[in-house]
Amino acid sequence: MKSKLLSAPYIVWMILFTLVPLGVVFYYAFADVNTGQFTMANLANMGTYTPIFLRSIWLSLAASAICLVIGYPVAYYISQTKPTTQRFLSMLIMLPMCMSFLLRTLAWVALLEDTGIINRLLSNFGIGPLPLIRNNGAVILGMVYNYLPYMILPLYSVMVKIDRRLIEAAQDLGCNSRQVFGKVIFPLSVPGIISGISMVFVPAVSTFYISQKLGSTGTTLIGDVIESQFKGAYNPNLGAAMSLVLMVLIFICVGIMNHFGEDNSEEGMVTI
Amino acid sequence: MKKRITVALILISVLVSTFCPWVHAEEAESITVYNWGQYISDGTDGYLDVIEEFTARTGIKVNYITYDSNESMYTKLKTGGATYDVIIPSDYMIAKLIEEDMLEPLNFDNIPNFQYIDEEFRNMEYDPENLYSVPYTWGTVGIIYNTKYVDDASSWASLWDERYEGKILMFDNCRDAFAIAQSRLGYSLNTEDVEELEACADLLKEQKPLVQSYVMDQIFDKMEREEAWIAPYYAGDYLFMVQENENLAFSFPEEGYNVFVDAMCIPKGCQNKEGAEAFINFLCDPEISGQNLEYLGYSTPETEAKQYMDPNVANSDIAYPDAETLSRATSFVNLSTEANQAMNSLWLEVKTAGSNTATYLIYTAIAVVIVAVIAVVIAMQKKKKKQRRGQSRK
Repeated sequence: MKSKLLSAPYIVWMILFTLVPLGVVFYYAFADVNTGQFTMANLANMGTYTPIFLRSIWLSLAASAICLVIGYPVAYYISQTKPTTQRFLSMLIMLPMCMSFLLRTLAWVALLEDTGIINRLLSNFGIGPLPLIRNNGAVILGMVYNYLPYMILPLYSVMVKIDRRLIEAAQDLGCNSRQVFGKVIFPLSVPGIISGISMVFVPAVSTFYISQKLGSTGTTLIGDVIESQFKGAYNPNLGAAMSLVLMVLIFICVGIMNHFGEDNSEEGMVTI
Repeated sequence: MKKRITVALILISVLVSTFCPWVHAEEAESITVYNWGQYISDGTDGYLDVIEEFTARTGIKVNYITYDSNESMYTKLKTGGATYDVIIPSDYMIAKLIEEDMLEPLNFDNIPNFQYIDEEFRNMEYDPENLYSVPYTWGTVGIIYNTKYVDDASSWASLWDERYEGKILMFDNCRDAFAIAQSRLGYSLNTEDVEELEACADLLKEQKPLVQSYVMDQIFDKMEREEAWIAPYYAGDYLFMVQENENLAFSFPEEGYNVFVDAMCIPKGCQNKEGAEAFINFLCDPEISGQNLEYLGYSTPETEAKQYMDPNVANSDIAYPDAETLSRATSFVNLSTEANQAMNSLWLEVKTAGSNTATYLIYTAIAVVIVAVIAVVIAMQKKKKKQRRGQSRK
């Protein structure tokens, strides 16, 4: 009873600021811009935006994969250090998050532009302006830079909890370090991988600022299109329909990933 | 326990006082001004800080917020939530706001400085009886280019020039972007013909691969630092930019271009109409207008104000082009809802066009296959383990 009472503020918060707005999005997605009457037109045209959806998904999948490749060894390294060093290092990882997301992205623009810091430096050595900005790579870079902490932190918090005795046991039973990693550490860190990927993928797929600043006119993401419908075009209905489709896509992706998670937690239990 | 209740009470009272306006009854009078970005003299480089001066003279505090296009301002007004006391939209948007009954009629007794507004800027087409608006500035749209890299920009066609690939900027606002295509194709800037609009969209799609990015106020930075070489923008902003980079030049394209008036209005639902009128009156004061617009570079609708300006600015033929140049200019009128929507959806088409579906399909398909393979492998392993477990139990 008491726990119910304690969770009441959050439940009220959820209803007011999550469920009700979701309902509004749902309502708008099925309403006509001019008359407000029920229509499927907003959703029917969604096929036109398939390439934009695909591009968003592809770029954020790539960003998640790169985050994992970079983040996993970092998280492992941090989890192996002394507790004081761990605190210091994880603070370092969080440090960029203290700065505004917009500023961090703009800083990359200043670095990568044709007249930016890197290209000006290179021009001293006679290397002509490299096309560092306004391509898919720059967008992925922006996503990786901005969302990397969301990959490292869950990985680290899972790895730091791995029982040292399991590793010792594996070593006693004749595993070399590669086998220890493959049979013990990696399987036990899978839940961290899953939540890390979801925490990078979900914000990356719906992001709208990074692609405007670091991308070209051809790397418009679905987030940009949604923003433009609400901001400039005054067509919140089409924007809402796009958000709805995006939400469904995200649910499917996260659902698939969580499915892996379930499989593996069971496996983890078997190992124990 | 008592302590805890006290803490809770303090917290609650803090919360209440933050969210309830009536607790702050004694606060100073204030107005909220919603204006274009980079559109008021703010005290940099020793110029007049208009808002500070207004507060010093009247004691009215100003909350100053900016937008980057008429359309985003309209959306903010329409979706409600916030209230504004003064807004400064452009001509066609004022007509739209009047039509939708979103503006308060002004009390001109509180705006005596309206007398300084030149005759030609009164009773404009967008506000025929001059009930709702007082002109703030006027100006033209032309091509800003860097003479180091671009030798001739007398035509809008130079924005389609492949030599400048990746160095061209374009308006990130559908009306201004379409106006350029309309000028090139020889259509009216106020056409509502869907076929003509489609032709414009095709022309803009053709330009898209050459465009560095679609921008509004970021243009200042990009042109000044020569990240981009050529861009369409407002003449007043050119005069501002040229102070930072003297290689910049401005041209009035031969095909024709847009001339606009931005005027001050009071939207319905304003909180302090008299304060808002005082602000409008203050901005019309020739001395203030002169100093404000000298900094901004936009043209003043008050001849009287020119005596307070640097003569170079007051006589600039970019801010005040001659009659012949101006004869090529057209002003926007408010389009029908259908035409606006058609234009908006065509603009969305332009912005999302040119992506290669096939490549992304292949990429995504590969990714999906990899994920599926991993899933199958994991599932098989799990099955094996289960079997093993089953055997060992036996």
